[in-house]
Amino acid sequence: MSLALTEEQELLRNTAREFVTEHSPVKELRRLRDSNDPVGFSRDLWKQMAELGWAGITLPEEFGGADLGYAELGIVLEECGRTLAATPFVSTVLLGANALLLAGNGTQQKDVLAAVAKGEVILALALQEGAHHAPYAVATKAEATKDGLKLTGKKTFVQDGHVADQLVVVARSAGKPGERDGLSLFLVPKNARGLKVTRTVMVDGRNSALVELDGVEVDKSALVGHAGRGADVLDPVLDRAAIGIAAETLGTTAEAFERTIAYLKTRKQFGVAIGTFQALKHRAAEMFTQVELSRSIVLDALRAIDEKRPDVPVLASIAKARVSDTAFLVGNEAVQMFGGIGVTDEEEIGLFLKRARVAELTLGDGAYHRARFATLSGF
Amino acid sequence: MENLDSFRADVAKWLEQNCPPSMRKPMTSEDETNWGGKRKKYANPEEKQWLDRMAAKGWTCPTWPKQYGGGGLSNAEARVLADELRKIHARPALISFGITMLGPVLLEYGTEEQKKEHLPKITRGEIRWCQGYSEPGAGSDLAGLQTRAEDKGDHYLVNGQKIWTSYANYADWIFCLVRTDTNAPKHDGISFLLFDMESPGVSVSPIKLISGSSPFCQTFFQDVKVPKKNLVGVKNGGWTIAKKLLQHEREMIGGMGFGLGASGGGGSIDQMAKEYVGEDNGRISDSVIRDQVAQHQMDQRCFMTTVRRSMEEAKAGQGPGAASSMFKLYGTEMNKRRYELLVKILGSQALGWEGAGFKPRELAATREWLRSKGNSIEGGTSEVQLNIIAKRVLGLPD
Repeated sequence: MSLALTEEQELLRNTAREFVTEHSPVKELRRLRDSNDPVGFSRDLWKQMAELGWAGITLPEEFGGADLGYAELGIVLEECGRTLAATPFVSTVLLGANALLLAGNGTQQKDVLAAVAKGEVILALALQEGAHHAPYAVATKAEATKDGLKLTGKKTFVQDGHVADQLVVVARSAGKPGERDGLSLFLVPKNARGLKVTRTVMVDGRNSALVELDGVEVDKSALVGHAGRGADVLDPVLDRAAIGIAAETLGTTAEAFERTIAYLKTRKQFGVAIGTFQALKHRAAEMFTQVELSRSIVLDALRAIDEKRPDVPVLASIAKARVSDTAFLVGNEAVQMFGGIGVTDEEEIGLFLKRARVAELTLGDGAYHRARFATLSGF
Repeated sequence: MENLDSFRADVAKWLEQNCPPSMRKPMTSEDETNWGGKRKKYANPEEKQWLDRMAAKGWTCPTWPKQYGGGGLSNAEARVLADELRKIHARPALISFGITMLGPVLLEYGTEEQKKEHLPKITRGEIRWCQGYSEPGAGSDLAGLQTRAEDKGDHYLVNGQKIWTSYANYADWIFCLVRTDTNAPKHDGISFLLFDMESPGVSVSPIKLISGSSPFCQTFFQDVKVPKKNLVGVKNGGWTIAKKLLQHEREMIGGMGFGLGASGGGGSIDQMAKEYVGEDNGRISDSVIRDQVAQHQMDQRCFMTTVRRSMEEAKAGQGPGAASSMFKLYGTEMNKRRYELLVKILGSQALGWEGAGFKPRELAATREWLRSKGNSIEGGTSEVQLNIIAKRVLGLPD
């Protein structure tokens, strides 16, 4: 698959860019943040995006999806990233819906996926338990009861956990934390008894939640995929989500970079535009290089999913690591180059740094993915 | 497209009949490259056969006009030829600065007489060329060159010095930038001259690098007489030609696949790390080195993908993209990082200069590590590349 955008893809990009610029510019994120919006994103906006077909871009037509590819979803995600648009794309489409798509049973898929495509249902994946992304470091227990199972444990950094209608909870039915074998995924409704969800307000103005499970009882039919073999579902879900976040973060990074270049051309000190200073020219050129490399690998990773290539896991780690590192570089250089106003809340560039940081740590940063890449590559 | 298919069939048939068996094996070292020239000695007669046959077909310079010894092929046909050569693992019949750099410039700026005089000899590998550009005082600031060519009526008298002249000690002729007007602004006083390296007054001195011997030389000119007919283009109009040639040079370097080749003497970097640093249940035992190896391999993959994207965007009519301006910069810096990592991994086994106690691949790694320091300097320094990106791609003001 060519890495050059087709005419249809360019059209999608232009449409998406126009839409988010009009309906969810950066100041919309400010509004949500400053008004302490209880949801953290606009449900109306999500409905509108669903009507455009975006929520279901990658879902099969039988669920009301467009049955398009990640190449297309990546374009939409990138444009959302450019305006820091707060959406449940990561939680609901990339994580939750993918888990059901890859391993849900007929009922789970039928009940939930069509509603996701319509923008009517929010999902969340409750996975992380410590301060770092470590998919197999799960201690949350799934113990057999006489009627089904009960789930006990604590989850952290659950994107959109506080507004999710259904949570996909990763628990352990066998083995020890750190082991790949023994994980099981369960679909848990938000009103389940024993489930306590506490919203956490994050530095990027978006939200996550702490999820506590105190003996939450579930039926065997709540299982997503096979008991004890949850990693077989989790791995490809996390790959797709990592690539999706990389696409969104690429947009955030590219926008921050472009704003910085514009600033270098207009900000004057000592009688000249600061962009004439060679030190800044060189740092700008270095950023350009990293953004281009990031773009290339994200484009390839998105297409690898669509082509069902065996190198999706490796590309997921390369893309996520590269974009995480580039987001870190550009986010910090941007604030520095904006000077004093760069550290003010009034100037928008700081919001890009904050978002870059959260995106970097969502589903594994550069260090995590370099180690994973090494393992996948046999060293 | 039918024409291409039958052309391909003809090419494949001709190659089958005319490419000698020993020419279908990859070269085991750079020493086996056929640069042609008057001094070339053919130990293997098949090497000469291969050159002669390809030259007779015009296929050493496939897209050049036939009347100058070229193949007269279209770009598409040339790609088919390259493809078929690759399929049989044929080694290049001729490598030459005349082919990659001087030829295209003569085709664009040369007189009919100059084209007839020089191009056929390039295609047949009879004359080997070297490039007289940089001087001790004119590197990044090439236009500041000082080698003088005084107008003496029917000839120019050349005095001065060039440096970094690759293979000057083997070359038959030189294409040389000279100053023909010392009063004009520096870019407007430069001319492009061709002359015989056997001319009285020309002397050559090889340059040793920190990595050992190199193909680079210093070239000295003392009262060298150059006939006026050897001026290419107009007098004082040489800078335009020089820049065009540099573009061809950069494309040539870019096509060499920098930073993507195997390390000194085979074995991937991760294998070397396991062997020289240690292995723990299939993992490199040092987690810092493991992280750095992963980073390097990721860098390679991102770079290769960017090169590919650039080609595909160009093919889709969306190019030349901005990304291509970072190829030389990124490729060479990545290559340097590769060797720093390799030398770190090999430890004291990468500190040998020659002789006992070191494997050939270890000695090669050390030499290549040292040689790689030149990559970010030659062909336009990394700092110059950053300036170019800042100015031409990002539009940052002067």
